[in-house]
Amino acid sequence: MSFVSVCHIDKIFPGTGVCALIKGKQVALFRPSDNAEVFALDNMDPFAKSNVLSRGLICEHNKQLWIASPLKKQRFNLETGDCLEDQSVSIKSYPVKITDGTVAVSL
Amino acid sequence: MEKLKLVVVGNGMVGHRYIEELVDSGLSKNYQIIVFCEEPRVAYDRVHLSSYFSHHTASELSLVKDGYYEANGIQVYIGERITHINRKAKRLYSDAGRELDYEKLVLATGSYPWVPPIKGNQSKDSFVYRTIEDLKEIENCAKRSKSGAVVGGGLLGLEAAGALKALGVETHVIEFAPVLMAEQLDQQGGLQLRRKIEKIGVKVHTSKNTLEVLTEGDTARNTMVFADGSKLEVDFVVYSTGIRPQDKIAKEAELDIASRGGIAINDNCQTNDPDIYAIGECASWNERFYGLVAPGYKMAQVACAHLLGKNQRFEGADMSAKLKLLGVNVGSIGDANGKSEDCKSYVYQNDDEEVYKRLIVSKDGRELLGAVLVGDTSDYGNLLQLYLNKIALPEHPDSLILPSHAGGEKPQMGADALPDTAVICSCFDVTKGDISQAVADGFTSVAQIKSHTKAGTGCGGCLPLIGQVLNAELEKSGITVNNHICEHFDYSRQELFHLVRVGEITTFEQMIKRHGRGYGCEVCKPAIGSILASCWGEHVLAPQHVSLQDTNDNFLGNMQKDGTYSVIPRMAGGEVTAKALGVLAQVAEDYKLYTKITGAQRVGLFGAQKDDLPTIWGRLTDAGFETGHAYAKALRMAKTCVGSTWCRFGVQDSVGLGSRLENRYKGIRTPHKMKFGVSGCTRECAEAQGKDIGIIATDAGWNLFVGGNGGMKPRHGDLLASDLDEATLIRYIDCFMMFYIRTADKLQRTSVWLENLDGGVDYLRKVIVDDQLGINQQLLSTIEELIANYHCEWTTTISTPASLDRFAHFINSDQRDDNVQFVSEREQHRPARFDEKFPSPKGDILHVELEYEA
Repeated sequence: MSFVSVCHIDKIFPGTGVCALIKGKQVALFRPSDNAEVFALDNMDPFAKSNVLSRGLICEHNKQLWIASPLKKQRFNLETGDCLEDQSVSIKSYPVKITDGTVAVSL
Repeated sequence: MEKLKLVVVGNGMVGHRYIEELVDSGLSKNYQIIVFCEEPRVAYDRVHLSSYFSHHTASELSLVKDGYYEANGIQVYIGERITHINRKAKRLYSDAGRELDYEKLVLATGSYPWVPPIKGNQSKDSFVYRTIEDLKEIENCAKRSKSGAVVGGGLLGLEAAGALKALGVETHVIEFAPVLMAEQLDQQGGLQLRRKIEKIGVKVHTSKNTLEVLTEGDTARNTMVFADGSKLEVDFVVYSTGIRPQDKIAKEAELDIASRGGIAINDNCQTNDPDIYAIGECASWNERFYGLVAPGYKMAQVACAHLLGKNQRFEGADMSAKLKLLGVNVGSIGDANGKSEDCKSYVYQNDDEEVYKRLIVSKDGRELLGAVLVGDTSDYGNLLQLYLNKIALPEHPDSLILPSHAGGEKPQMGADALPDTAVICSCFDVTKGDISQAVADGFTSVAQIKSHTKAGTGCGGCLPLIGQVLNAELEKSGITVNNHICEHFDYSRQELFHLVRVGEITTFEQMIKRHGRGYGCEVCKPAIGSILASCWGEHVLAPQHVSLQDTNDNFLGNMQKDGTYSVIPRMAGGEVTAKALGVLAQVAEDYKLYTKITGAQRVGLFGAQKDDLPTIWGRLTDAGFETGHAYAKALRMAKTCVGSTWCRFGVQDSVGLGSRLENRYKGIRTPHKMKFGVSGCTRECAEAQGKDIGIIATDAGWNLFVGGNGGMKPRHGDLLASDLDEATLIRYIDCFMMFYIRTADKLQRTSVWLENLDGGVDYLRKVIVDDQLGINQQLLSTIEELIANYHCEWTTTISTPASLDRFAHFINSDQRDDNVQFVSEREQHRPARFDEKFPSPKGDILHVELEYEA
């Protein structure tokens, strides 16, 4: 499994997300708190087919963390990419590694 | 075994309701059901026919869900009429030549409009008002007409007049009797109704006996000639002088017909042929036919129950009604004309508010016999229950119709006083007991009650009462209505607001630690972000707030469907200089932005990529523009008309006031977006009554309306105060804004807030004008702080270079989102659709699934 370095974790403000370009693919990175924990999902909202998920709001439901799309508020699980509103829809999630503050993602 | 054949002739509201009863009761499984529908479409809502002109399409009026008949195995012949019944052979003949045997037959043929024998009533400019086809013809005729008259000033006539008004022709109503709606109203009530509808421009002519309509005229195509020698020139005439039961085929089949028309039925809705039923307007029970839908629905129920072998009876129907005609609320209960022996009356009349109410009570004052309500029908539900259930009246019955300010404390009749047998929804015959049972079964919102019991889904007049019963039942069973904003906080927005203020809380983290639990979510984060902004007026992009905001607030633009943003600078009061407009045009050109006038009287630029936003706004703020807060839950704009500075009709400077107000309240975060309107005279060109705050100039100052809305659920604002000078006006608006910010629910517009406020606008007036709560000083000083704290969010953002990193699309690349693509349209461009970007989307998740299904 090869990891691609993206940025330093300080570049992601706690509680928000950013979008990274990795091997030509748009990946949304989310940092729920000021801990060194980051999640990676596809950036494309599968409903609107627009690259917006990194700009959503991180939220907690059923004791799990999700990202709510900024367009129509469907929520996607930060760990699995599953959609809370529609079980038939899921987006890809990617492993993340943080070494000495550098965030790396494996596609 | 072969199923028995059941044929329903007629697919109006009652015919369809009968089929629903068959399906719901399971009988549709035992019978082969065949329906003949003479009109070219299946059943639709005839009661709301006039709304076809204002905002409905024919399909929106339909009562039949797509596929409903097919799914239940019901055969419908559309556009086909039964012309003959052979009772001996039990066979039907249709105008399409079809012959069909039946075992059971249900006649629901409805009624036809009765046109008086006036000479000229057959001309091409003569119409009746009953079906969608009739309406289409009237609509076509109205297009080439300036004026129209409705003959008949009853309920249906006024409905028709409403349709003519909506079509924009000069509208006349001709009534034979001296008053309008003589069936439902007494003389004073009829007069009040007349005054009100004349005010909206309908011309009413009473005591007019139309003799002839001549197909000539000086100013219009036809001339109506009346018995008193007077004449009226109009382009077309609509006859709405009553209905007659459609009993022709029954008569030919020698079924018993009532002496005044209508197919005679017994208590089981059977005709004298036990295999033939008649229901709805075509049927006559006890020598009486009913022109309202509720008794028809009851008959549908009874006829179906009889097939099932159940003992339900039709025992007549109450003809009380609550209506909205030409925008006027009218209610009539029981003996509206006071014809009962030894009855006595209580009357309330208010010419200012154009309200008339009358109660007719028994001699001993214990029982309500009838009521008339014009202009205000808010008491209708209560009065109807008193009447139907013969509930003992309070000592002073007049207190039932007096407004609270007139000293009359309204007795708490309440849902508790009703017996379980009280019918709450007469359209679907739902009793209080049914609703109590539904609540006990776990249906605890009005929406759930509606879908479970069907109550309130007919005319909707009983909805307030359903709410009362629901609340009373919930209270009784100890269930409290949960208004917590989400799973992380056990508080309503109003309570959260209070906690923030009292605890001087400044961050979400403090708030969730002290008063909540967990991490927070997409509901509580922005709600508390907004409360913090409303309370302390901090920059929404201060680092501690960034993670709380929706993307719109975070990037100070409204995100569009493709992920780009809109750029909408403020144009206070709708004013913009030519020079500033030039800069805006140049920016739009340079960044290739789609340009249009928004719904808020300003120019919007669309399709801006996130990383362009800072430089776009840099150029705009340099030219003097400020952010327009089009992305925020805050004041959007004050729409103005040109006003007295230019307009020859204007009496006050509406643009000046609108601009001052917009600048005063801009940037303040509110529970939902707000829109203001300021009109310079009563012509109301700014449509201020459809705004959260609407101000209309008078000769003596300004009238202040609040709680209007033009969006999803239009509502006219309520008049809060009249003839104000500007200082008082602003003081009232200051208090209104802060009171709304403090007490509204999240994402609750002022219209809904006001509807839910106990005591409504009267209470609000006490708070704002009379300072009954004693909080106005506090409200005023808080809003002064917020106003003093204002700064343009874009100017602040641009001058903080560290905050600009976030605007790049990628954290690790300068590239842009290649999925943002445009196609040209009408000399500009729009976002490309998915199928335009990817003509053959092989491998796409959704696409693959579709193939699987196939």
